[in-house]
Amino acid sequence: MPVEAIVKVLFMFAVMVIGLAPIITWVERKQSAVMQDRIGANRADLAGITLIGLLHPAADVIKLITKEDVVPAGANRVMHMLSPVIAAVPALIAFAVIPFGGVYQFGDTTLNLVGADIDWGLLYIFAIGSIATYGTVIAGWSSNNNWSMLGGLRASAQMISYEVTMGLTVVGIFMVFQTLRLSDMALAQDSSFRLLGFLAPYLGNDGGVIGWLIEHVRIPGWGLVYQPLGFLMFLTAIMAENKRPPFDIPEGESEIIAGYFLEYSGMRFGLFYMSEFIEIIVIAALTATIFLGGWAVPWFSTDDIIGGISSLFGLGFATGLCILIHFLTFMLKVVFMIWLQMLLRWSLPRFRYDQVMSLCWKILLPLSIANIFVTGLVLLWVKG
Amino acid sequence: MLPMDHVIALSAILFTIGVLGVATRRNLIVMLMSIELMLNAVNLAFVGFNRIWSQVEGMPVIDGQIFVLMVIAVAAAEVAVGLGILLSLFRNRDSVNVEEVNLLKW
Amino acid sequence: MTVETILFYVFGILAVVSALGMVLNTRNTVASAMSLVVTMVSLGAIYLLLEAYLVAVIQIMVYGGAIVVLFLFVVMLLNLSTDEFPPGRQRLIKFAFVIAGVVILAQVLIALERDPLLAAQPAAVPNGFGGYRQVAASLYTDYVLLVEMASLLLLAAIVGALILAKRKID
Repeated sequence: MPVEAIVKVLFMFAVMVIGLAPIITWVERKQSAVMQDRIGANRADLAGITLIGLLHPAADVIKLITKEDVVPAGANRVMHMLSPVIAAVPALIAFAVIPFGGVYQFGDTTLNLVGADIDWGLLYIFAIGSIATYGTVIAGWSSNNNWSMLGGLRASAQMISYEVTMGLTVVGIFMVFQTLRLSDMALAQDSSFRLLGFLAPYLGNDGGVIGWLIEHVRIPGWGLVYQPLGFLMFLTAIMAENKRPPFDIPEGESEIIAGYFLEYSGMRFGLFYMSEFIEIIVIAALTATIFLGGWAVPWFSTDDIIGGISSLFGLGFATGLCILIHFLTFMLKVVFMIWLQMLLRWSLPRFRYDQVMSLCWKILLPLSIANIFVTGLVLLWVKG
Repeated sequence: MLPMDHVIALSAILFTIGVLGVATRRNLIVMLMSIELMLNAVNLAFVGFNRIWSQVEGMPVIDGQIFVLMVIAVAAAEVAVGLGILLSLFRNRDSVNVEEVNLLKW
Repeated sequence: MTVETILFYVFGILAVVSALGMVLNTRNTVASAMSLVVTMVSLGAIYLLLEAYLVAVIQIMVYGGAIVVLFLFVVMLLNLSTDEFPPGRQRLIKFAFVIAGVVILAQVLIALERDPLLAAQPAAVPNGFGGYRQVAASLYTDYVLLVEMASLLLLAAIVGALILAKRKID
């Protein structure tokens, strides 16, 4: 049993962190270059072969490892060295509860493709997101520097404000899916419902073309369809929580130099930078699981896929192929969300600090409570 | 399984550390943090005893955990107001040493 | 010696050591606050071992993620990093407190060691114990008045903290 969990964790780690995070470094440079009509970084080469800039992440790592590690004089050494670790760990352990596949039967063994299938998985992510505040705050304070302190103070207020909103925006999804277990949420989105189903009681049986339309025009039962406003609010809140641009006031590059990681160099800066990119992947994976259907293929549920393939090839092969299809669908959705975040980063200007705070407390909080209210009313009307 | 007497003993030890923190330290922030430590020790005792008496005729009983949630809510409210008082104190006296807040001493 | 017992001792010792670190640290208030965070998170882990899952998550979210951040915010804002005041004539009283505290603690621990109720193994928990469904069902049916009172208390605390911390604007 523990061996299985360790294998799953290592697989998640290998794919998401070691596989995707350097790619995101490249995506950030190339996507911004394409969006800004320039070429981007393409000079790093290996014996004369440049792979359109794909070697730049490796060059970055070598540069950061070999840089001198400076601890500013008068700074608190222990805290200064500890804060990149405090910032990186919550980003890494969030992957434990994200399902990258469903539950599959191989004869009499069940394979559940989640690291830890906790009953309160979404609450776990919020709890470790609230611990991530300390990395920023301690980094800002321990650097003995005015700009860092400003960045750290702004970051702490911003992060704890948006935690509240982040929690409230997913209450709507919780009410629709009736579960906090992320694998159950992905499973509940594995079906599609009839778009025109409300017309069915009003027509007789077999209304010809209309009846065929009612039966076959289906929307995938994703969280996005049930909670569109919730999706927008959640994406805003979680991007603000992780200090992604346009909410990157704590690290405002043109205002307070580099904010809370000003005094960091070498691999400590690399760890901060890497933890920010891993948080991008966590945001993408979480949004994909809650709102975009996780590993579920849009109009084909698991039974359809396994049934369809096993009629040609056999059950074991069908289940294995289904695992591959589901994993690739999940990765496709994660990549789409990463692309969306990069798009938002490079097209929106940075918010002002009071605009960030008023967005949280005056706009998102009342809207999320209204969302809960309206969701409750609709659920009562549909189900009661 | 967990040794329950050691759970309650841990709660007693943390409570004592909190009490000694409030009694001996003169820095108002550390006194507030020691009060939080005392509340946490009490929460641990509640959850520990709730684990011992976890069911009545097969039905789960979670009254201890409900109380812990209320204690956490009260602690959050108390910290907010306490830090507000500390801010006002600091603005007036420029120090958080409680021995300097002695105008009412006879 | 199951894994749970070993984990309990690890987190218990961590909680006690960081609590001592918080109380005894006279040089650096931010380090005291970080020790308090370690205590809170260790207690959250112990709640997980005691199968109180919702309480553990709320402990980490509220205590570890909001209350101590508030402490840190105030410390950083007012720049209260280091000051401990020389004990002076209070030293004897502090010493007496510590001795009295240790003696009472020793008596409590001895009484706990001899208690037959606590020495027995607790029964296995029923299904759904400590999960959010059970707590929510109980909270909103039997204890709904408590929820309302807690919300009023938090409203009063918000208004109070706002008024106390506001600067006087003439």
